[in-house]
Amino acid sequence: MLKIANYEFNSHLLLGTGKYADFRLQQQAVTASETEILTFAVRRMNIFEASQPNFLEMIDVDNYTLIPNTAGAKTAEEAVRIAKLAKASGLCDMIKVEIIGDQKTLLPDPFETLKTCEILLDEGFIVLPYISDDVVLAKRLQELGVHAIMPGASPIGSGQGLLNPMNLSFIIEQSTVPVIVDAGIGSPADAALAMELGASGVLLNTAVSDAQDPVKMALAMKLAIEAGRYGYEAGRISKKTYASASSPTEGMSTVEQG
Amino acid sequence: MTLTINGNQMDIPNTITNVQHLLSHFKLEQKSTVVELNNEIIEKSAHAEQALADGDRVEIVHFIGGG
Repeated sequence: MLKIANYEFNSHLLLGTGKYADFRLQQQAVTASETEILTFAVRRMNIFEASQPNFLEMIDVDNYTLIPNTAGAKTAEEAVRIAKLAKASGLCDMIKVEIIGDQKTLLPDPFETLKTCEILLDEGFIVLPYISDDVVLAKRLQELGVHAIMPGASPIGSGQGLLNPMNLSFIIEQSTVPVIVDAGIGSPADAALAMELGASGVLLNTAVSDAQDPVKMALAMKLAIEAGRYGYEAGRISKKTYASASSPTEGMSTVEQG
Repeated sequence: MTLTINGNQMDIPNTITNVQHLLSHFKLEQKSTVVELNNEIIEKSAHAEQALADGDRVEIVHFIGGG
């Protein structure tokens, strides 16, 4: 069970909705993933193409919790504005705070993120900041009262997987709110590892949308996240330097040498 | 009346006097949109009462795919 503020989810997978080649394929991928949470971006509408389809119209929004993001914002002021626009849709009260501080790496700006979270918490939002794997920033945001911490595994869309599992572990260990590993997931193994470290969830987009078979990858991610979660709950063995026989060493039947 | 909608200046028929009319004009009334007028969000319930004036800046946004 994933709990964010007063929301409860059976699935630990949060799925981004960008970059899909077509909506039908996306719909199938979303269904296969069994996700209950979809993320969106807020953008200007093309008012001259009202007939243009929108993915939101293709799903039953009552079956999903929508988390809009503040992507595109470079400052706290811009992020707060986007968050308010998103909330005015009446479709959600959660917001993923995403403020990019560097265009090449798309790494988040910690200062603007902190400032934004403070303002949005005051305004009553459920706030989920996307951050680098910075342990101290995670702690500071938690003290502010954010509802989840979302550290990146590696740069957005890079598919490089967990570049610093140790930092993610530190963040998870100290956290009193859900930690959702966001960005950089490339393969089911990455998603499973994040969950094995004790993450409460994984947010991914490109790993599914850009896979050769997005529907099959969505299923693979669902299974990997479940496997990782079970593995975490079961408690893995510690790593040892030398071998430890699985078969008993006693009671061997031997041939007497005559 | 001249409005700046999503950054584009355009002439709007004078029969359009409020936000609801404007959305209908562009056939957006059934769409899930959020309207901002001169940097202020206009709640859906207020669309019909919110008058438009020459020179107003209107932003019409919606949710699109994103991560």
